Amino acid sequence: MVTILGVPLQALLGQLLVGAINGGFYALLSLGIAIIFGMLHIINFAHGALYMMGAFMAWILLNYFGLNFWFALVIAPIVVGLVGIVLERTLLSRLYNQDHLYNLLLTFGLGLIIVGLFRIGFGGSGKPYSPPEALMGALNLGFMFLPVYRGFVLAVALVSCLVVWLVIERTRLGAYLRAATENAEIVEAFGINVPLLIALTYGGGVALAGFAGVLAAPIYSVYPNMGHDLMIIVFALVVIGGLGSIFGAIVTGFSLGIIEGLTKVFYPEASTTVVFVLMAVVLLVKPAGLFGKEA
Amino acid sequence: MTTAETSITAAASSYRPPSRLPAGLVFLAMVALLVVAPFVAYPLFVMKVLCFALFALALNLLLGYGGLLSFGHAAYFGMSSYVSAHAAKMWGLTPELSIVCGVAVALVLGLVFGLLAIRRKGIYFAMITLAFAQMVFFFSLQAPFTGGEDGLQGVPRGALFSVLDLSSDITLYWVVLAIFVLGWFGTYRIVHSPYGQVLRAIRGNEERAMSLGYDVYRYKVLLFVLSAGFAGLAGATKAIAFQLATLTDVAWTMSGEVVLMTLVGGMGTLFGPVVGAALVVAMQNYLAHLGAWVMVVQGVIFAVCVLTFREGIVGVVAKFTRKEL
Repeated sequence: MVTILGVPLQALLGQLLVGAINGGFYALLSLGIAIIFGMLHIINFAHGALYMMGAFMAWILLNYFGLNFWFALVIAPIVVGLVGIVLERTLLSRLYNQDHLYNLLLTFGLGLIIVGLFRIGFGGSGKPYSPPEALMGALNLGFMFLPVYRGFVLAVALVSCLVVWLVIERTRLGAYLRAATENAEIVEAFGINVPLLIALTYGGGVALAGFAGVLAAPIYSVYPNMGHDLMIIVFALVVIGGLGSIFGAIVTGFSLGIIEGLTKVFYPEASTTVVFVLMAVVLLVKPAGLFGKEA
Repeated sequence: MTTAETSITAAASSYRPPSRLPAGLVFLAMVALLVVAPFVAYPLFVMKVLCFALFALALNLLLGYGGLLSFGHAAYFGMSSYVSAHAAKMWGLTPELSIVCGVAVALVLGLVFGLLAIRRKGIYFAMITLAFAQMVFFFSLQAPFTGGEDGLQGVPRGALFSVLDLSSDITLYWVVLAIFVLGWFGTYRIVHSPYGQVLRAIRGNEERAMSLGYDVYRYKVLLFVLSAGFAGLAGATKAIAFQLATLTDVAWTMSGEVVLMTLVGGMGTLFGPVVGAALVVAMQNYLAHLGAWVMVVQGVIFAVCVLTFREGIVGVVAKFTRKEL
């Protein structure tokens, strides 16, 4: 058996794959957080709860409406996005002229409400959700077996990150968004409906979380607390990468997922804390974050 | 430098602080109420309120007077709780020494995390403190001395200074009350010291305070360490009084709850955290049988407070009566 530093190659590749898939979720979630932060200057503490809502939507669609994974992949993000727009219009927008910390506390409270309601409605235990028929089974890559669904998730995460990046960097809507991020007042003076843009941004950001939730449902099973731990890791990621660039959020997400996977192979005890240790190191060396611009 | 200092002292001398009399009277009323409380209410319940009130006072020191929102204060509360429980149970130390051990660890932890977290401001600061607290949580989950999922149970209350047996709830109550009163007075003294004045200046205009020659970072780190120390005092006292240290004490939900207590009672007020802690602990006690509804209710209180009631209960009373409370 081939080994690297005393670790079987298969175990290493397996953990690398798990790490890359986790990285995909990190990237999708921190991307949403970064976009929302750029426009609204708030950190969305409800992000994990909305990710969970996406996963639950998939489960509800299947069990109550008989709609499979592919429908969920489209419907769930739209529903979560609409919920986000309603929350933004009715609640978050009331606090834009206050200290940003109040909005952080508000989103934290909203996260508690959402998670609590799902716990009341569906109980705290995990609900199984199997991957779609077409993506069952595993591929033999010669050196290891790749479960098809996991490969699919990795590919979809990469493609959707790329699409979001293209939308922001290459389309007119993205240009408005970037301009409003720089200076909302001037963009408004040009006749662009900035409040609408803000609502769409929040909706889009949380829709990404809902999308990630649907993708996660077959891998991690569906339970109300599924977003919590993930969200805190994503916050650490955001501190590491800095909120300066969309590209930075994507790169940081994937690379930290992989680093976490490698830690699981070489020093398993540290696998849950490695991200936080890296955060401490980045704070020492480059407090603004690896891709951050602001001081 | 000298001119800067004279100008700020001149400003300070022309500034007449609000009378401290009402705060003193309210303080006496609060102590009187707490002396009667164990004969009216269940002493263990009041002790729980006191421990969390002290915890909320610690957070309020940082949030209310330093303007720094820590979302990870459970780390100091919980770690200190573990250490003092371990010291009392495994090393057989007396309660006061166990509490000292817990507070010492909280202070060191506060210094390390404070030095790092203080490098960023605002929401980043909140995220960093939350992330470090999560690291402490995972450490507590894995480290052998914390008892993992079971936690440390059956911690002996012991005898204070090896003399005063604490096994009776009412004796213990007086000790916890004494610790709380000392803690309250400690935070009061910090806020009303020259150091507290500088903190107020930093909160008002950080750049200006810096340009006046104040080492803003040192002031903030010291505040963070003090706040962590008081949180540790609360956690250690809780561990001895309830003979228990568990993962709940270090979990992020605990960090959220203490923010809620401070927010409901009133950030930057002397009595707000105490009122907030009493309300939140009472709510948890009465709604405990409703399970997940507690979470929903807490979320709603968060949202309502932030949207309509940002000064908190005591803050509103203080504004209405124009007294410092």
